[in-house]
Amino acid sequence: MKQSNRNNMIILSLGIILILAIIISFRIGRYPIYTNELLGILFSKIIAIDPFWDIKIETVLFNVRLPRIALACLVGCCLSAAGAAYQGVFQNPMAAPDILGASAGAAFGAALAILNYGSSFMITIYAFGFSLLTVALVYLISKKAKGKNILGLILSGIMISSLFSAGTSFIKLVADPNDQLPAITYWLMGSLNGAKISEVSFVVIPMALGLLPLLLLRWRMNVLTMGDDEARTMGVNSNQIRLIVIVCATLVTAASVSVSGMIGWVGLVIPHLTRKLVGNNYNHLMPATMLFGAIFLLIVDDVSRNLLTTEIPLGILTAFIGAPFFIYLITRSEEIN
Amino acid sequence: MSIEVVNLSFSYGDRLILKQISFAAQDNQLLSILGANGVGKSTLFRCMLGLLKGYSGEILLHGKNLQTMSIIEIAKSVAYIPQSHYPSFNYSVFDMVLMGTTHQVSMISKPGKKQLQLVEQALERLGISHLKNRGYTQISGGERQLVLMARALVQEAKILILDEPTANLDYGNQIRVLTQIKSLAKEGYTIIQSTHNPDQTFLFSDTVMAMKDGEIAAWGQPGDIFTEDLIRNLYAAEVTINSLYDDRVRVCIPKCAI
Repeated sequence: MKQSNRNNMIILSLGIILILAIIISFRIGRYPIYTNELLGILFSKIIAIDPFWDIKIETVLFNVRLPRIALACLVGCCLSAAGAAYQGVFQNPMAAPDILGASAGAAFGAALAILNYGSSFMITIYAFGFSLLTVALVYLISKKAKGKNILGLILSGIMISSLFSAGTSFIKLVADPNDQLPAITYWLMGSLNGAKISEVSFVVIPMALGLLPLLLLRWRMNVLTMGDDEARTMGVNSNQIRLIVIVCATLVTAASVSVSGMIGWVGLVIPHLTRKLVGNNYNHLMPATMLFGAIFLLIVDDVSRNLLTTEIPLGILTAFIGAPFFIYLITRSEEIN
Repeated sequence: MSIEVVNLSFSYGDRLILKQISFAAQDNQLLSILGANGVGKSTLFRCMLGLLKGYSGEILLHGKNLQTMSIIEIAKSVAYIPQSHYPSFNYSVFDMVLMGTTHQVSMISKPGKKQLQLVEQALERLGISHLKNRGYTQISGGERQLVLMARALVQEAKILILDEPTANLDYGNQIRVLTQIKSLAKEGYTIIQSTHNPDQTFLFSDTVMAMKDGEIAAWGQPGDIFTEDLIRNLYAAEVTINSLYDDRVRVCIPKCAI
């Protein structure tokens, strides 16, 4: 079981890299927070420590840096986990978290909230709600579709996504071009700008509820990639497992997109990079891809908020990295390693 | 009897695929099913594996009605060995075989020590231990077929159903795979396989079931039912059957070729 030990070491290394990336991310920004200050402030909440830091730093930490770093890690982790999960249950290496319309629905919900002058919290709730609603709709329609289960799901996902995208376009058409339209456009580009601790506490529960079953069911997901018939003859209720996985992956995708807007490519590229690293066995793939996704989005977000004086939307950066990688993937697809 | 099929009928919509099929197989039996494409062999297998539900008649696994059994109960008594295939994702041979043990552990856990040991034994049993760290998609078709057989062995089911195990294999691999199947039957497994090669059924099975139009056209030992008329009836092909080695072997030769 040398392979297994090697993979455990990789997962451990990813965990350490994530911790280092978090510590460094606190330091980057207009108000750097050094590690001793970070630890001091955090421990002062538990035990009495005389503040040796500027009180302004504490405000920056809790109101700006911490929520932003937490969301970057959570969203990266969730999108990668959802991508890997969808790839498994659809037996399709090219599946991504938006395959069942979760992103298109969230975009519509967010645009609708902005059109109604909703607060940022309203935007999050609307995006989350419409995201779940869309996937539920896709699932119900696929039940009516004849023929193969999986094909029906993917096709109705494409249809409903396109319907909600048209809805989003219509909202953009009627939105006030002075304030609403730019707000919608900016939301669609994806960003963690202005992340609040209230957003973190809103999404952390659905994320935890979704991620836990994805971790626990990861061996069953391996069997599901063999196809429904084979999985059933091996004693795995493929429809039941697929439904649980879809519900969980949708929950974490909806929660992510509702706070971050459209961030493409993470859910496709990171699971694939992780497959190269630890292989296709979900036992190692699932935890590794969660850590890798968190590291990736944290670093990209650091770039997004520090490279230029204005923020670069995350969605733009992930596409700049993701699309060339996708080209690399398809041009070397002959060698299925 | 380890498996009994009683008056089994199945139809897709209006199209009747299986008509009143009845047969039984027991331990140590190697049953080959012959028949032209589309004759209902796969449908019969899918019924016996619990994959198709809306049939009439009864299927009994070790005396228990299939329709009252859970997916896990079915997996414990019957294992399926598909044709060697390429899955969407590449797994190591070891992981591939390990998947067969899934029904032995709870839904939220992964296979443990006992299961890992079962895999080692099965790989050893089929002589493919040296492949265990290789990728399943990187080995030959014959090796992949043996891996799928190992996966069925760790499932610890006593009935094995094989769908054309030698399709797409080269001649040497056909012989190796069939030899393994024959020796598994000797060890006590009940084996039901479909095949397209009449000669093979004579060499590598003790019972033959010939199917035509969803019905059993002939049933018996290969020596008893294997005739020119049967081949003409099943495949609409004219052959002469030659007996070799005191009728221990029979070979079909198409008449148009001589």
